[in-house]
Amino acid sequence: MMTYALRRLLMLPVVLFALSLMIFALQMSLSPTQRLAAYAPSDDYLKGGQESIRLMIEEYGLNDPFLEQYGRWIGNILQGNLGWSETARQPVAAALASLFPATMELVVLAFFPGLLLAIWLGSRAGIHHNRWPDHLIRLFTILGWSFPTYVFGLLMLLVFYSTLDWFPPGRLSQWAVTEVTSVGFTRYTGANTIDALLNGNLAVFWDAMRHLIAPVITLTYVNIASITRVMRTSMLETLRQDYVRTARAKGMPRRVVELHHARRNALLPVATIAGMELAYMMGGLVITETIFDYAGLGQFAAKSASSLDFPAVLGFGLYFAVVLVVLNLLVDLIYPLLDPRVKTR
Amino acid sequence: MRVIRYLLSNPMSLFGLLLLLAFVLIAVFAPVLAPPQEFQLSPYDTPRAGFWATPQPPSDLALFGTTQGQYDIYYAVIWGTRTAFKIGLGVVAISVLIGMTVGALAAFYGGILDEILMRIADVFMAVPFLIAALVLTAILGKGIVPIMIALTTFGWMGYARVVRSEILRIREMDYVNAARSYGASDLRLIVLHILPNAFFPVLVLATMATGSMVLSASALSFLGVGTEEGYADWGQFIAYSRNWIVGQADNPFQYWYTLAFPGAAIFLFVLAWNLVGDALRDVLDPRHQA
Repeated sequence: MMTYALRRLLMLPVVLFALSLMIFALQMSLSPTQRLAAYAPSDDYLKGGQESIRLMIEEYGLNDPFLEQYGRWIGNILQGNLGWSETARQPVAAALASLFPATMELVVLAFFPGLLLAIWLGSRAGIHHNRWPDHLIRLFTILGWSFPTYVFGLLMLLVFYSTLDWFPPGRLSQWAVTEVTSVGFTRYTGANTIDALLNGNLAVFWDAMRHLIAPVITLTYVNIASITRVMRTSMLETLRQDYVRTARAKGMPRRVVELHHARRNALLPVATIAGMELAYMMGGLVITETIFDYAGLGQFAAKSASSLDFPAVLGFGLYFAVVLVVLNLLVDLIYPLLDPRVKTR
Repeated sequence: MRVIRYLLSNPMSLFGLLLLLAFVLIAVFAPVLAPPQEFQLSPYDTPRAGFWATPQPPSDLALFGTTQGQYDIYYAVIWGTRTAFKIGLGVVAISVLIGMTVGALAAFYGGILDEILMRIADVFMAVPFLIAALVLTAILGKGIVPIMIALTTFGWMGYARVVRSEILRIREMDYVNAARSYGASDLRLIVLHILPNAFFPVLVLATMATGSMVLSASALSFLGVGTEEGYADWGQFIAYSRNWIVGQADNPFQYWYTLAFPGAAIFLFVLAWNLVGDALRDVLDPRHQA
């Protein structure tokens, strides 16, 4: 068990190393002048003209061989210096740390209720295989799955913001921002809802919730299909097992057999897919955050990627890889607890 | 045959197939449905009726109205069908080829080669897909080819894994041993005897991916690194609508047509692929048979 976990964790540095090499190679495909922007302390170097640019390229060694530059670059990162993000106008690590609570707020609210809903829908569909609840659920999830996130998000904005004015975009209203940044308000976690509750400020809490509802609905609906689908398939398979038939033959009520005997076992494959889904949510809220102008990791990653802010891209990439590996490991570790038949290798 | 009969008898997949057929017809007859005008350099350049920013509602001149910059929405929806097919099928076909080659090499030769190839796939899997594609497109520049390269680069791993595990399963079967004992070469074994049996799992994956690749491509357009200004591409036209979604205070739905038509086009296109893919998965998964 422990050796297995250790072996998996040892893979992490390998993945991170390969990832850094990949991102560095992408970065090196730009010309030295373009890459200079990442090093230049201000735009002043442009004023100096060609000569000054040449000197700066010389100074930072941007014409050195690939491996030499990579060594210098990775050396900095190993010392914990992820670099400066032009997009966020602060160090990459600080930007990631300050945006992480915002994204987590969204993920927690969208993922766990969505997971429960998907499990419920999936088992309904499985129980009523090929009858109308199954068809309806299937239609509902497939429609959500086919919606481009941003089209659904724009529709949400159209209805709930411009028409009804219930759920505005952003993270907080202007008055709430003033409140949150004031001296009397302590930032415990950086997550607005939690901090508001801890400060006993219900007005700010409701305001934060109001901004979260639309992106949460969007995320849930667009992402619910895959888990529902796995749950349904797994339920179908379990319901066909001998022990389920035995339980029914003993005269157990259908509901008890379906909900207590079958559903518990059918949940197993869901753990794997849910772990993956959670990982992708933690790194993949790019579109949702962009549409709702919600300042989180996804929006930051998208902005820095399209403006080729490489230090930020690398920082985000490393963060995502760690999340992915750790969550997959967690699922693997939890699995034997759910299913005693699974012996950890 | 069983598969085709199922697809045609299931109402959902039948609907999906009909939708796909409709899109194919639209793509084929695009020059008839929305004839390009003489001065256009490429039929994919959407004609514009001026340079005014504010969208104009549907009229006789522009069936679906015009979006920001007076680009004709009807024209873009029609020609955008071709763009969607190009991106969806192109990206999936190339990804399948790469994935199959990698998966087949890894499974058939095993050992250190397997280890290396699969670790490479792991690393690509640990990359946030959309962000990676965004970076690559930003480096390569605007246009449909950079988008396809970017989506392929980060989209082949699933096929490699499926093909690998299928081959590992099939390789040990008696008929493969029989063929080998007749002296069939490795290449012949893989291409003629093993890969055809790994066809269906790949087909399911590929069908599902076609819709999602079109979604990803349009997401890139939406994030601003997609196709050139005015290129007939649904994602880009939805991106234009973003600035007009709020309408005016007394009339929030004033510019509905800027989102409704391109949005419906991409939604139906993806829906069609998902319906067919979902039904395919059902019919090919033994766990679903009563």
